[in-house]
Amino acid sequence: MLTLDAVSQRFGAFTALSDVTLEVPEGQFVCLVGASGSGKSTLLSLIAGLARPTSGAVALHGAPVTGPGPDRGLVFQSGAVYPFRTVERNVAFGLELLPISRAERARRVDWYLAETGLTALRRHLPKQLSGGQRQRVAIARALACEPSVLLLDEPFGALDVQTKEDMQLFLRRVWRDTGTTIVMVTHDVEEAVFLGQRVVVLACNPGRVAADLTVPLPDDRPLTVKRLPEFLSMRAQVEDQVRAYHESAA
Amino acid sequence: MVETAPARPFSEPLPRRRPASAHRVWAIRAPIPRAYRIALMVASVAVPLIAWFAVSDSGSVPPQFLPSPEAVWQAGLDMARAGTLATDTWASVQRILIGFGLAIVVSVPLGIVMGGFAAGQALFEPVVGLLRYLPASAFIPLLTIWLGIGEPSKVMLLFIGTVFFNTLMTADVVRRVPRAQIDVSYTLGARRGEVLRKVVVPHALPGMIDCVRVNAAAAWNFVVVAELINSEEGLGYRIARSQRFLASDRIFAILVVIAVIGLAIDVLLRLLRDRVGRWV
Repeated sequence: MLTLDAVSQRFGAFTALSDVTLEVPEGQFVCLVGASGSGKSTLLSLIAGLARPTSGAVALHGAPVTGPGPDRGLVFQSGAVYPFRTVERNVAFGLELLPISRAERARRVDWYLAETGLTALRRHLPKQLSGGQRQRVAIARALACEPSVLLLDEPFGALDVQTKEDMQLFLRRVWRDTGTTIVMVTHDVEEAVFLGQRVVVLACNPGRVAADLTVPLPDDRPLTVKRLPEFLSMRAQVEDQVRAYHESAA
Repeated sequence: MVETAPARPFSEPLPRRRPASAHRVWAIRAPIPRAYRIALMVASVAVPLIAWFAVSDSGSVPPQFLPSPEAVWQAGLDMARAGTLATDTWASVQRILIGFGLAIVVSVPLGIVMGGFAAGQALFEPVVGLLRYLPASAFIPLLTIWLGIGEPSKVMLLFIGTVFFNTLMTADVVRRVPRAQIDVSYTLGARRGEVLRKVVVPHALPGMIDCVRVNAAAAWNFVVVAELINSEEGLGYRIARSQRFLASDRIFAILVVIAVIGLAIDVLLRLLRDRVGRWV
């Protein structure tokens, strides 16, 4: 269980997040949506422990988050894969820091490469990969540390539409296979509704929780789900929320 | 809401300029045909060389001022046969290895501290930034007073001439390691030292080799300056000595040797950079 208790973040006079309270149960897939300036990314870096909230508390399994750690994996939009490491050595990074045998490390790296469809590319350098492949490396690298929560900050924002859909299916599958809790930030409402079991809408200026919605779709979701009336009405509902809070701020 | 502007208060269409003519060879940042490229590269060396031949052949300049290419070649050959060319070259190279090597040993860790830590930058940048502006050659009299006229003062001149620049340039390279790479490393469980060793240094390494490459050229300059002042051997010493005998053919020959060795160092470091930075 990941809990945010009355979290606020101020930068000087600017309030990025105001009094955000959120509970994410084990294994849930949550999407955070909101217009730019709603503090989505700030929220994610607070959970990751890269920043400390001005007030309030973030806790994982009841233990307060005081800094970054491998129990909360993070994937950025730009991936931030290590350009100087091959695919397999990127995935191995977190494991190299742990007291496990070489064979054990290799076994785990092999599994995550297979799971993310990167086995054939294991000796490639990031510069030889496409944008989608690079994001898969970043996700595999985070997952290899077996995080309790996987944090994704607009991971598919820079990808073309077709690649994006492939990656959405990929992420659903990985979530199902690993049972990892996922908190994903996106500004793409369709993506949020397709991926999440739950969509949290953040309002702008200051960033705060505007709506917390459960997605009424089965866990088995082919891409065709996007044409179902339940999907479309849910999407419209979230879009209206995002737009309402965007306009009130503008 | 998007506001609508009033109707356009101008109606004449904008004048169009006639299309610019196409530039095949001198288009900005565009590739050129291979044949052009090779021809231009050959001309770059051949034109000055031919001019040199022509001017010295015409006899309009006395050979003490501008020796003929043949005389320079002969002077170089003579020095090589006598063995002085090898000993002089080795003397100069040795000073570089010690002086510039020392500068690298000091400047690389210092640059990493300056580029990697805001505290390191605050602590070292003001003083290093200031010292960099002191011309190394102005230290020669002081170094002679402190260290005498022997090897240590020459090595120190090389050190002073290169250490500050290499520190600041290394710090810049380290500062260019993307923030996200560092942040993500912490979320993968890396500690500060591991982030430095396994992320910052590998990421900055090709750039650091480039800094060394640029400053190796400066080191090569300073060694000649140091030897011009006071020494018993070295390429700079040989130049100073040749001047006393008005042997400009020798001076030219040594300049050619200096240029060739400098180029060789540059190419070697470039190869090393490309090998280390295959991922770039």
